[in-house]
Amino acid sequence: MIPAAFSYVRAGSVEEALDELSRHGGAARLLAGGHSLLPAMKLRRAEPGVLIDIGRLRELSYVRADGDRIAVGALTSHRTLERDPVVAEQVPLLAAAARRIGDQQVRNRGTIGGSLAHADPAADLAGAVLALDGVLVARGPSGVREIPAREFFTGRCRNALAAAELLTEIRLPAAPGRSYAFEKFSRRALDWAVVGVAAQERPGGGVAVALIGMGPTPVRATAVEEALAAGTPAAEAARLAAQGCEPPDNAVASASYRAHLAEVLVTRAMAAL
Amino acid sequence: MIGSAVPRKEDAALLTGRGTFVDDIHRPGLLHMVYVHSTEAHALISGIDAEEARSLPGVLGVWTARDFAGLPPRPSVPGLERGYLAGDKVHYVGEPVAVVVAADRYTAADAARAVRVAYEPLPVMATVADALAPDAVPIFAPLPGNLALEQQVTPDDVTADLEAAPNRLRARLVNQRCAGTPIEPYGVLADWAGAGPTVWATVQAPHRVRAEIAERFGLARHLVRVIAPDVGGAFGVKSSFMPELFLAPELSRRLGRPVKYVETRGEHMVHTYHGRDQVQDVEVGFDAEGRVLALDVTITVNVGGVPDPVGIGLATLTSYMLGGCYRIPKIAARFRSVVTNTTPTASYRGAGRPEASFLIERVVDLVARELGKDPADVRKVNLIQPDEMPYQTPFEGIVYDEADYPAALDLLLGELDYAGLRAEQARRLADPAAPLLGVGLSTFVEMGGFGPTPLFEQFGYLGGWESANVRLQPDGSVIVLVGTAPHGQGHQTALAQIAADQLNVPFEAISVLYGDTAVVQEGTGTMGSRGMPVAGNAVRQAAAEVAAKARTIAAHMLEADADDVVPIGDGFQVNGAPEATVTLAAVAERAFKPHLLPEGTVLGLENTAYFEPKNLSYPSGAHGCVVEIDRDTGRVSILRYVCVDDCGTVINPLTARGQIHGGVAQGIAQALYEKVTFDGDGRPLAASLEDYMVPGPLDLPPYETHHIETKSSFNPLGAKGLGEAGATAAPQAVVNAVVDALAHLGVRDVEMPCTPERVWKVMHDAS
Amino acid sequence: MRVEITVNGQPHSREIEPRLLLVHFLRDTLSLTGTHIGCDTSSCGACTVLLDGVAIKSCTVLAAQADGCAVTTIEGLAGEDGLSPVQEGFRQCHGLQCGFCTPGMVMAATALLAERPDPTEQEIRNGLKGNMCRCTGYQMIVESVQWAAANGGAR
Ligand SMILES: Cc1cc2nc3c(=O)[nH]c(=O)nc-3n(C[C@H](O)[C@H](O)[C@H](O)COP(=O)(O)OP(=O)(O)OC[C@H]3O[C@@H](n4cnc5c(N)ncnc54)[C@H](O)[C@@H]3O)c2cc1C
Ligand code: FES
Ligand code: FES
Repeated sequence: MIPAAFSYVRAGSVEEALDELSRHGGAARLLAGGHSLLPAMKLRRAEPGVLIDIGRLRELSYVRADGDRIAVGALTSHRTLERDPVVAEQVPLLAAAARRIGDQQVRNRGTIGGSLAHADPAADLAGAVLALDGVLVARGPSGVREIPAREFFTGRCRNALAAAELLTEIRLPAAPGRSYAFEKFSRRALDWAVVGVAAQERPGGGVAVALIGMGPTPVRATAVEEALAAGTPAAEAARLAAQGCEPPDNAVASASYRAHLAEVLVTRAMAAL
Repeated sequence: MIGSAVPRKEDAALLTGRGTFVDDIHRPGLLHMVYVHSTEAHALISGIDAEEARSLPGVLGVWTARDFAGLPPRPSVPGLERGYLAGDKVHYVGEPVAVVVAADRYTAADAARAVRVAYEPLPVMATVADALAPDAVPIFAPLPGNLALEQQVTPDDVTADLEAAPNRLRARLVNQRCAGTPIEPYGVLADWAGAGPTVWATVQAPHRVRAEIAERFGLARHLVRVIAPDVGGAFGVKSSFMPELFLAPELSRRLGRPVKYVETRGEHMVHTYHGRDQVQDVEVGFDAEGRVLALDVTITVNVGGVPDPVGIGLATLTSYMLGGCYRIPKIAARFRSVVTNTTPTASYRGAGRPEASFLIERVVDLVARELGKDPADVRKVNLIQPDEMPYQTPFEGIVYDEADYPAALDLLLGELDYAGLRAEQARRLADPAAPLLGVGLSTFVEMGGFGPTPLFEQFGYLGGWESANVRLQPDGSVIVLVGTAPHGQGHQTALAQIAADQLNVPFEAISVLYGDTAVVQEGTGTMGSRGMPVAGNAVRQAAAEVAAKARTIAAHMLEADADDVVPIGDGFQVNGAPEATVTLAAVAERAFKPHLLPEGTVLGLENTAYFEPKNLSYPSGAHGCVVEIDRDTGRVSILRYVCVDDCGTVINPLTARGQIHGGVAQGIAQALYEKVTFDGDGRPLAASLEDYMVPGPLDLPPYETHHIETKSSFNPLGAKGLGEAGATAAPQAVVNAVVDALAHLGVRDVEMPCTPERVWKVMHDAS
Repeated sequence: MRVEITVNGQPHSREIEPRLLLVHFLRDTLSLTGTHIGCDTSSCGACTVLLDGVAIKSCTVLAAQADGCAVTTIEGLAGEDGLSPVQEGFRQCHGLQCGFCTPGMVMAATALLAERPDPTEQEIRNGLKGNMCRCTGYQMIVESVQWAAANGGAR
């Protein structure tokens, strides 16, 4: 219930946050919405020596249409994603995923950057960003780089950011008017996904399908996508949902049930498109 | 006032943040106590290193079992005396090993983490099967086979009856382990300031707690004050004698400062006792109509790592209720309580009776299925009829009070539109795209109104009565002191309604107080659905005495004969003389004026009554559940949940509805969501609200409630109790519906909780 | 570190440890014990308060993060004219039993009605899904919120 002691710095700007990160090395963690980090600290699963609070960086909280791309600031809250008109029009899949996160209290605090950086394999937004072929923008001591979502998740709660890097923006190809689906299966309504599916009709035709809860990271259901592209009927393609996945086998659900759920949810997502 | 749906007196404070829960109480110099819990399920403690913890600024000390060797053991099973902390050995994950006190909660938490305990692992008996295996290691030396208790409840042998029955079937039913999970965890604040401690605690029976504390410390009871302030739900799990009830006072005594302990949720899930956890092996004999002729039951209870004196015997209550609301001539029952390396089990809402109701209701459905009959029809041929009441069950002393079981079932079937549902079910079966539909029935009876004394003594209580003191203030307002210790049931309201009727005073003019042993006369407490049937009658009786005396004084004031004086609006009147009136306030004031009262009148207007019920009461009813099952995922959704309850006299329909809803919610939770699980090493897998599936608002359905009011003749109010009925009725209503939906696949049983994965597996394996 | 937090309209300036949770700041530092703690995994919602007008779980926010912000707790809901509509709804419809989940439930319901003055039953259940109640089975809570919606809303 009570986190271990730490020292606290509130960053006034991205530069300041980056300076602090470099200064403290591995001892420091960024604090955004705090809704993954603080629960872990309260159970003492994380005991950072320094917290760098970036929660007040207004400069990182925005949704902007930028030509055929939508730019979402890393500190944009789940709440904003649910309600923002640009998101609703241009990348509605993101809003659909945000709406399914936890509860109103969690969505009021949690941020898209925090969710992606935390890299929980069942994170709803991770599925959406992956299906949208998003690109994550990181800033570090040596400048800015772009990381495609497909390369960002490197393991269970691990990401491709370097120690002194900060996620600043998520860039998503606009998909106005194109169909999408977000299917989430959880034990209780409040819970994280056991398995979830984000599907997005792509600009050039074809469908992108991402799975959450099906392995150590969120993944693209490549076999399904390829089968669909080859003209395989959706129901048949859905049978390939779990191909190449190593779903966890634990108290939440067995691996075989997850594999089955992936198929069911992909089928439903295809029907909803 | 009885029968009126008045909003509750308790609410104003609770709604404005002015409730007083244990953790809300502050005392000057307050210290915080935290446990170090065992991380091993079965191990020898080879060393405890508390150096670092002791050295943290703000830490007052770290204590281990040997520091409390001088205290007599906690209330225990004879021969298996329990101390306060684990000594040489730990028996389950979560058992307290050491205790830390610090000046604030943050330091206390740091210190507890800094205590290092070295363990030498022993073989873990994580399940009953492990504990009963031929090569099992005894968890306690005096229990070589890990059997804490083995009891033949009835002398009957029904083998011959079973053999003679035209049909027989066997089943193994599992009533899984659940955690009570009140939203307020357990808490204690002890302040030993003078000759003895004042203890604020989240308990259900403060007088009993006072007696136990006084006994441990060798104190006279008047020196110990126990206060149960606002308690944030209990459901039975706050009736066990947790070590903190004794450690906090002892440490307060040693340190000369008040000491508070409030468990975290994580601690609650492993430290506070769990409930249920029975495996039931059943054999039933029945005729072609489905009439149950004989029942043979062997119950195996997992009582966990340190047997609790209540937990060890709860299957007695299960045995008594095995017949349900059916006329079953022969029942044989036996049980065994097995120790394992898991958290101990004891009372949880219904404590032993829901397990019985589940068993017999599942059995009746199995019989129907076996005969190809409708479960409603099989119930009808077995139900005890109203003219057979009071009904002597095959168990001595277990006599059901007045009820109309068939009427409850008929009302339920009508409300459900049972025939319509069956037609819809058939339609959906034919349509592979439609979710499966299932209907489950539960005609149930349970024990309420705990008492009477000879029964309650067996659980360690002074008596099974309840007490009430009703006291008119000189202005005609009323204070009622009652011996119960409610935690959400609304006694301030319902008991005031009862007193209002007897005294003919407005509901608003009555305050009901409880929970403080320094204020309230000897009391028993709140458990076993005893509020209205026992405490309600105590209030009624005390108030009636006071009313009678008020009338005598009024008669004196009106210079009339008491028999000619009648109560009116706010006082009394001489019959037939509308101008000859006196207000109750005037009478009340007069009661304190010796010179104006008839010679020999005892001053004041008050009475204390101890109401001893003649017997237990038997709330009953019929619940029905309609479920839909997603053929793809196995998810069960409840479309309708319909309750018909007979709790006898309904004091307040609003709070009665609340009690039913809450009980049903917990029953549905057991049926669909909750289970405390351990891995093979005895490590808990559901030790938080993230992993233990307490359902939220979207996970539970609306409930439709209906009443049949058959007054009990066992007490003057005619009330039967209601607190546990929902939890007793609901699990099997849901499971019967789930099995019903899958019956066409040949499915006979689905173990609780019927999670999507489990249901999917059952469907998958069956097809 | 020093924080300045306005609680129920009243500014408070306190020296605190950075790790102090907002819920403990309210309960232990300011003695506003109406906000409760029911879990350690941000699951139960008993600790719900409004932070700059939106519902949050105060067990999952550092007091340091609330520096300079305005907090409304259950103690700040009732006005001079008595209980707020949500509080009154809970009283009228028996939306509470033990009352332990109640402050969090009332705050979450207040936030919900501020955004959706006329919610459907499903929207109410969805809006309260971060709040657990072990006593009521939720239906009478839903009815309480419906009563409030019809009688003044979020005020
Ligand atoms: C009760 C509850 C239920 C939840 N249910 C769900 C759910 O159903 N689905 C779901 O997807 N999520 C759920 N969540 C998680 C929620 O979405 C979190 O908000 C999110 O995972 C983390 O975002 P945050 O802003 O709170 O990050 P924080 O907790 O502040 O940070 C998380 C991690 O990311 C790092 N980080 C944060 N921001 C940045 C950045 N800009 N650059 C680099 N690193 C950064 C932090 O250092 C930390 O390691 C739930 C959380 C709770 C408490
Ligand atoms: S105490 Fe904050 S969510 Fe449970
Ligand atoms: S009223 Fe007791 S937990 Fe909700």
